[in-house]
Amino acid sequence: MAKNIKLKTPLTNEDVVKLKAGDSVLITGKIYTARDAAHKRLIDLLTQGKELPFDPEGQVIYYVGPAPAPPGYASGSAGPTTSYRMDPYTPQLLDKGLKGMIGKGLRSQEVVESMKKNKAVYFGAVGGAAALIAKSIKKAEIIAYEDLGTEAIREMEVEDFPAIVIIDSDGNNLYETGPEKYRK
Amino acid sequence: MREIHFDIIRQTVKELFLKANYIIGDDIIVKLKESVQTEESESGKVILEQIIKNNEIAKNERIAACQDTGLAVLFVKLGQEAKVVGGDFNEAINQAVREAYIEGYLRKSVVDDPLFDRKNTNDNTPAIIHLEIVPGDKIHFLVTPKGFGSENMSALKMLKPADGIEGVKEFIVETVKKAGPNPCPPIVVGVGIGGTVEKAALLAKKATLRRVGEHNKDPRYARLEKEVLEKINRLGIGPAGLGGRTTALAVNIEYFPTHIAGLPVVVNICCHAARHAEAEI
Repeated sequence: MAKNIKLKTPLTNEDVVKLKAGDSVLITGKIYTARDAAHKRLIDLLTQGKELPFDPEGQVIYYVGPAPAPPGYASGSAGPTTSYRMDPYTPQLLDKGLKGMIGKGLRSQEVVESMKKNKAVYFGAVGGAAALIAKSIKKAEIIAYEDLGTEAIREMEVEDFPAIVIIDSDGNNLYETGPEKYRK
Repeated sequence: MREIHFDIIRQTVKELFLKANYIIGDDIIVKLKESVQTEESESGKVILEQIIKNNEIAKNERIAACQDTGLAVLFVKLGQEAKVVGGDFNEAINQAVREAYIEGYLRKSVVDDPLFDRKNTNDNTPAIIHLEIVPGDKIHFLVTPKGFGSENMSALKMLKPADGIEGVKEFIVETVKKAGPNPCPPIVVGVGIGGTVEKAALLAKKATLRRVGEHNKDPRYARLEKEVLEKINRLGIGPAGLGGRTTALAVNIEYFPTHIAGLPVVVNICCHAARHAEAEI
């Protein structure tokens, strides 16, 4: 398992296929935040054939609802939320070219199959390490759905955002292989 | 009757929610540091260290340790000789929550109608208040901002009396196993046994607030806590669910008399950001 691979967003297919479950990465560039309510709206737009507030092609979505930024901070505490709640919406975004997701926790089989088909990767950030993660967020700007408050879509600029490849584009899953080694 | 003013209640509860969100208890910190030593997985050690560092940043900079600053839950013991003056008791608590969450840069995570509207109340109210009347003239507050990554992984089961001790053990371990990486392990497992559906749930929630390292006073339940903790830590889930020995920091069990026909069990899971604070006025 490779350590501290530097990744720059947007991601290409070549970037993605090199990543293997268990690799640790440092992500730099723009990423987009979205969680339950924002995903519902994105999918409603797709169903109506309308344009999304950002083009998912090559992009990374971070499942997060940050705390408000205190004065002098680009972002408040911002750890990952549990990803399975976004599963019903994810394959449609992957079909639109989304290349990466950052979250925590299990994904459905449908999501894993869609990741393999579309060549995408699922990164895990450490749940609860929210104040630490916020240090890697240099800028955060609401680009859609301001009325959703913490659930609004934000464009974030991150520098060396620490994450681990949980599910790679071949469907290898660290949540299965990792615990297996320590099960007694 | 001793008079206790609305403003004292408001100020006390506000400070408790700020403190709970910024400062993770020393019992958790000590246990996390111990776990770094005992954890066999390399990635597990790294993650535990990240969590410890995170908690130091949050405390030193007075920012939220976790972005999910939770639903505001309070256990209040109201002395029967205490008289609240200067306003509505419940409003004093809700006003405290409003001020803490707005002024303290804490996330507002409450939606008004849970099913149809799901519109954010924008001030993290209403609080969930559990009130108990006790002798004396003081008011004791135990508050917890409860995050939902772990709350969502909790479970209730109405076991048969015949399911017995083995049934209880199995249900707790299965609940943690099914949750896997979702509730941000290492977790604190609160278990309520007995009573009715809602009594067991309240006991389980209270159990998550017990200091890590303290056991039930009944030695049989204390042994059960230790045994179930060992079983859970053999599941291999580990820190952040990436594999390892440290899946739970504690299993805390509370019990209450129940019906001859029943054995209710609630498992309430709390993440490693097991936040709570208390004060008496």
